[in-house]
Amino acid sequence: MTLSPRQKRFGLIAAGVLVLSVAAAFVLNAFNSNLVFFFTPTQVLNGEAPRNKIFRIGGMVKADSLKRDGTLVSFVVTDTMHDITVQYSGLLPDLFKEGKGVVAQGLLDQNGVMTAKEVLAKHDENYMPPEAQHALDKAAQARAAQSVKP
Amino acid sequence: MIPELGQFALVLATVMSVVLGVLPLWGTMRRNTVWQSLARPAAFLQFALVLMSFACLSLAFLSNDFSVKYVAEHSNRLLPKPYQFAAVWGGHEGSLLLWVLMLTGWTAAVAWFSQSLPLNMVARVLGVLGLVSVGFMAFILFTSNPFDRLFPVPADGRDLNPLLQDPGLVIHPPMLYMGYVGMSVTFAFAIAALISGRLDAAWARWSRPWTVIAWSFLTFGIGLGSWWAYYELGWGGWWFWDPVENASLMPWLVGTALIHSLMVTEKRGSFKAWTVLLAIAAFSLSLLGTFLVRSGVLTSVHAFATDPTRGVFILCFLAVVIGASLTLFAWRAPTVTLGGSMGLVSRESFLLLNSVLLVVATGAVLLGTLYPLIIDALNLGKLSVGPPYFNLVFAPLMVPLLFVLVPGTVAHWREARFNDMLLQLRWVGLGALLLALVLPWVFGKWSAGTALGVFLGMWVALGSLQHVIERIRKPGRIGGSFWGMHLAHFGLAVLVLGITGVKSYEVERDVRMGLGDTVTIAPYTFRLVDMVDVNGPNYKATQAHVEVVKADRVIEVLYPEKRRYFSTAMPMTEAAIDSGLLRDLYVSLGDPIAGDTPSWSMRVYYKPFVPWLWTGVLLMVFGGMLAALDRRYRRAAVSPMQTAGEALSSAS
Repeated sequence: MTLSPRQKRFGLIAAGVLVLSVAAAFVLNAFNSNLVFFFTPTQVLNGEAPRNKIFRIGGMVKADSLKRDGTLVSFVVTDTMHDITVQYSGLLPDLFKEGKGVVAQGLLDQNGVMTAKEVLAKHDENYMPPEAQHALDKAAQARAAQSVKP
Repeated sequence: MIPELGQFALVLATVMSVVLGVLPLWGTMRRNTVWQSLARPAAFLQFALVLMSFACLSLAFLSNDFSVKYVAEHSNRLLPKPYQFAAVWGGHEGSLLLWVLMLTGWTAAVAWFSQSLPLNMVARVLGVLGLVSVGFMAFILFTSNPFDRLFPVPADGRDLNPLLQDPGLVIHPPMLYMGYVGMSVTFAFAIAALISGRLDAAWARWSRPWTVIAWSFLTFGIGLGSWWAYYELGWGGWWFWDPVENASLMPWLVGTALIHSLMVTEKRGSFKAWTVLLAIAAFSLSLLGTFLVRSGVLTSVHAFATDPTRGVFILCFLAVVIGASLTLFAWRAPTVTLGGSMGLVSRESFLLLNSVLLVVATGAVLLGTLYPLIIDALNLGKLSVGPPYFNLVFAPLMVPLLFVLVPGTVAHWREARFNDMLLQLRWVGLGALLLALVLPWVFGKWSAGTALGVFLGMWVALGSLQHVIERIRKPGRIGGSFWGMHLAHFGLAVLVLGITGVKSYEVERDVRMGLGDTVTIAPYTFRLVDMVDVNGPNYKATQAHVEVVKADRVIEVLYPEKRRYFSTAMPMTEAAIDSGLLRDLYVSLGDPIAGDTPSWSMRVYYKPFVPWLWTGVLLMVFGGMLAALDRRYRRAAVSPMQTAGEALSSAS
């Protein structure tokens, strides 16, 4: 069987469209199931954060909250209004410090403790992760709003 | 005085870039050859002025002139001399000056090596490059001047970020910029061809070597960045799908599609519109990368300062570049002729598939990189897209890409016979299949994923080898581009095998170790034998001595460090790595753990095949260089008619 140039061109275009649409469907599906949302400790305590799904929290590492047991560490992330305890197994980043900003990614368990798979502190000592800053700003706003109320 | 001289040179260079961007292009419209011939001298002068400006800034760094704000913020008296020089591009302002130095350098190189091109083409290409320079120099002068003075003058500078005090980081930005900026040459050729309305084989031939060189630099730059992250960040990863990495990967993916598409345009005269679009996309993505990295919308070691005006400037520049080039494209597209016909199975169709897969991969990376930023900008919440997404999307797109690579190199132009190719590649396919079934057992556990990786790597490697052997047996001179193509493809195969190996067999242990404690990752045993204090030029460090024992014999002592830099009190982990042919042993030192006896947290990693990653990247870079230096690109200019004739004869 020989194909006319028209049929060939049609075949190529059809194949291209097919490949593209399969790829697009596949990409969007993967995308949808791998979004990691961010919450402040206050939002987590209000129950806005998902259970059984990985998410991120950010804030400051509360002073004197860091405990080590072998390579298992636990610390408290605070937005100055509310606290969340985070457990993590492994080495903390170089710039992780009490009183400095931090972002943790992981799952929340029944007791409201996050088991982190990843702890991020940033590359510069004076730098605050924007998510952590966001959490502190939100808390400050909430406090300001409260103090205005009679 | 010197900084003012640098500033003055930069202002003159900007004036020169305006001359370069306006007069020669105006000359081509008015058919005024005098104005057109201004392009070359203007390009050289522009480069000389920027070079002078760059030298002034370097001098300010080397002479510890802390009255210059940028120097005070990024250098320090204790900083070793080579790093004082590297600190020139250690921050935002200086790295932009480096960018402009590269851009004008490329422009001067085009002016120098384009003796065989028609004058009006040279005028257009250099003119477009001049316009790009105008944008960047205005950006520096108006928003990011590295020569700003500081008063009162501090006694000492703030120091370079310790993460950047490393030989790998000294050359990573220049190489990456060479790649990014090199894409502007391809872009200029494409725009020049669009303006002239002559999108032909000659245009493709002119831009091919430039594109391939830019691609090689980009490959090298990305490889260096990955290597640096691997040994310097101290957690043994080599690719994080960090937005900054993605920003460099996207132009690379499109650039890869572009060099393949340019081949079709040169040899067969097809894919013209597609090639032009890829050239525009590659440059736009380079600009987007700069925007993402420099505007501070991203948060990483690369984002130096958050200054909204800078982000807005680059965004506007990006909009102008993309808008203007797409408008020009839309205006000229109807005049673009279609090339020769192609069969359903032919080299063209394989290369088309290559383009489609690479562009889809770019789109997927773009989506994952930009979506969180857009959502954040629209105040719809904060989210991030993690590595699982990228891995999940990227791997399935690379599988067919690697698979069609081999038939793509052996298929005939126009029309290939499926049965012939099957016959030709049967031993390669069977060999790769056999190795895929056996090799995973040899190195440890067999799994389908590992076998697939080994198959694809071996398929590409053996396919290239077979093609090379067949070609050597035939008479005739073999061009550099043939060797370059196979070297680069072979490098890709090595890279794929390396990735498969490290992903399948790596062992990572985070442990607590006291003096005398051991950790075993068969067949290696790591013993912490000593812990000492070390003084560096501008830091103090705690250094661990870790013996690596294999079969009761000490084969290596590793010295991981935890450094504290004086100027910033910022701690830094320096991993210690022992590299072999088939594996890396990787130890990095964590924090001390309080207890009865002193102990430390340590990372002890067994990383198989990591050296293969770097080898693969280097082979790809050499392959690209070899292809770009092919003799046929250096021949004197030929008329489009001649080129078309040659294309037909070389295609047969």
